[in-house]
Amino acid sequence: MLSFIGRSIIQKIITLFFVSIVSFLVIHLAPGEPSQVDPLNPKFTPEMVERFRKEFHLDKPLYIQYLYFYSDLFTGKTISWKDNQPVLKKIWERFKNSLWLFIVGTILTWTLSFPIGIRSALSRGSVYDRSATFFSYLLISIPGFFFAYILIIFVVTRFHVPVIGMDTFGMGDASLPRWFMDRVWHLLIPSVLGATAGIAVLSRYVRSQMLEVEGQDYVRTARAKGLPEEQVHYKHALRNALLPFVTMFGLILPGLIGGSVIIESIFAWPGMGRMAYEAILARDYPIILTVNFISAVLVLIGTFISDVLYMVVDPRIRL
Amino acid sequence: MKSNPKEPHQSAPVEDVAAPKRSRLQESWRLFKRNKLAFAGLTIFLLFSATAITGFLLTSRIQIGFEVLGIDIKIAIVSDPIFDPALVRLQEKLRPPLARPNLEALSPEELPTLGLYLFGTDDLGRDVFSRMLQGAWVSLTVGFVAVGIAVIIGIIMGGISGYFGQKHVQLDHILFLILLHAGIVLLLLWIRPLWAAFLGAGVWGIILCFTWKYVWKRRSLPGWLSILHIDTVSIDTLIMRFVDIMLCFPSFFLILTVVALLPASIYNIMIVIGLTSWMGATRFVRAEFLSLREQDFVTAARALGSFLGFGVPPPHATWGNILSDGKRFIFDAPWLTFIPGVAILVVVLAFNLFGEGLRDILNPKLRERY
Repeated sequence: MLSFIGRSIIQKIITLFFVSIVSFLVIHLAPGEPSQVDPLNPKFTPEMVERFRKEFHLDKPLYIQYLYFYSDLFTGKTISWKDNQPVLKKIWERFKNSLWLFIVGTILTWTLSFPIGIRSALSRGSVYDRSATFFSYLLISIPGFFFAYILIIFVVTRFHVPVIGMDTFGMGDASLPRWFMDRVWHLLIPSVLGATAGIAVLSRYVRSQMLEVEGQDYVRTARAKGLPEEQVHYKHALRNALLPFVTMFGLILPGLIGGSVIIESIFAWPGMGRMAYEAILARDYPIILTVNFISAVLVLIGTFISDVLYMVVDPRIRL
Repeated sequence: MKSNPKEPHQSAPVEDVAAPKRSRLQESWRLFKRNKLAFAGLTIFLLFSATAITGFLLTSRIQIGFEVLGIDIKIAIVSDPIFDPALVRLQEKLRPPLARPNLEALSPEELPTLGLYLFGTDDLGRDVFSRMLQGAWVSLTVGFVAVGIAVIIGIIMGGISGYFGQKHVQLDHILFLILLHAGIVLLLLWIRPLWAAFLGAGVWGIILCFTWKYVWKRRSLPGWLSILHIDTVSIDTLIMRFVDIMLCFPSFFLILTVVALLPASIYNIMIVIGLTSWMGATRFVRAEFLSLREQDFVTAARALGSFLGFGVPPPHATWGNILSDGKRFIFDAPWLTFIPGVAILVVVLAFNLFGEGLRDILNPKLRERY
């Protein structure tokens, strides 16, 4: 166990190193330079561009730039090229906003998809199962933003609540319950939207996993020795069917960053995904690279957690 | 599904039980027809493909020609498209579906082919029906090429990983591969005498490795050379770590970054989506791991890319950019959002249901027992 943990930490660090090199190369070797973003701006004289390039070490060879960038990142000195704000502070502020969306969305996904999927599997072929299948495919197939607009129009015209942004503009001195409800409404619609696709996919997955386990020999044995149906389903089958989901639990971590770009831009939610998207448009390399690095760290931590969890819950696995 | 009392195993005479007379294909087809959702999916998908192909023929300029020895020879059959998706009629903008054209405001060649705007017109007065026809073709090819690239890379990588995974990469392989790559890089930088030397050394080294292994099997290496045969990492580890590295990039960023930085064209989009989404297929092939994700991922990525304004460049219509252009007029002209939105929904749904049905049938573990 300990040797596995040590080995995988070393492997993950090597992976992270390669990720940092590849992302740095992708960004820097691609055509287009940050100094050329706004060529029509009269303030961008050649001297300014030259000073800009010097200031941010863009005139140095690539490997020097690489060292500069990552040493700045680890000492927390990286600043955005756009407004000279410290990148980590900017990301932290946006991260707090994204976190709410992520938490509510994840709770919705994980609490709803299991009952739906399990019931689907237990009543295979019934009307319930077929309509669940159809609806989950409907939700998977619908283009996200099209669904979002339908949902926004429905909620706004039906309940007369505002949903764009994080709160209603000018709510500063409203009473606490009103302020709270305003926040809840603003949070709910994007989270529901983010969760629907997740619920659809996960419940399908729960269903197929459950069906697979129900066909195993030990379930037949349990039934043959006369256990009541409930005990067969929930004790023998369900427990084993849940195993793969323990690993998936670690893998939702990266969704914190990448999963919400579309939703954040539809709902004008000041989160991390939207910031990264704007940074790509503005060629603001420090922000793009830092977000990329953080998300890589999250992916690696996620896979690590899922490996360890898998080993803990399933004694058959020896990594 | 209810079990059918007419199934052979219940009432059939003994000689039928002995061996199934049907081939595998017939058996699959029989099972497939019973799955009504999947069957409907296949039908819709075939209809969509037919629409896309006819749409391509009806909306593009027909021009027959060929190239001989670098010289373009055009046989002069050039005609205007039957449905012109690029024809701008500013006086007829935002007309609702089924609206009749205003005959006084249009010259005869500007009249819509069907005599009415079947799906309405957009903010530039272009016929949405023609644009949908054109977009169907683009969506079909983008989808197929992107998925094709992803699946091919995935099968190759996953197959290598699964089949040769236990073999180890030896030090000499790494050495010669580095030489080879250095040669290629130098060739790209055009450093004249060096690239040939490196490339040559790399190629010869690899050839030498193979001959050593398969031709001179029995000869043992001199002592100091055997250091080259030290095992480093297994191929499986190598490929899976590479998959890990690729998975570390949020695919969305990878696609957006590359698309934002490369010139936008349909082919770049296809290649980029393909090159960034093969990891799932690799893992799938390697572990035969069932996952729903690959299917929706590619389509979702495609729609996402188009929505945010990247993707296919403006003059070309795709369902994605008709939808994203239409969202500005969602209250004045809801058909600009709903027609492409519903069309995408139906096609993707059909495709997913068909895929699910196929998977159920081809995987005996999930196949229904009668």
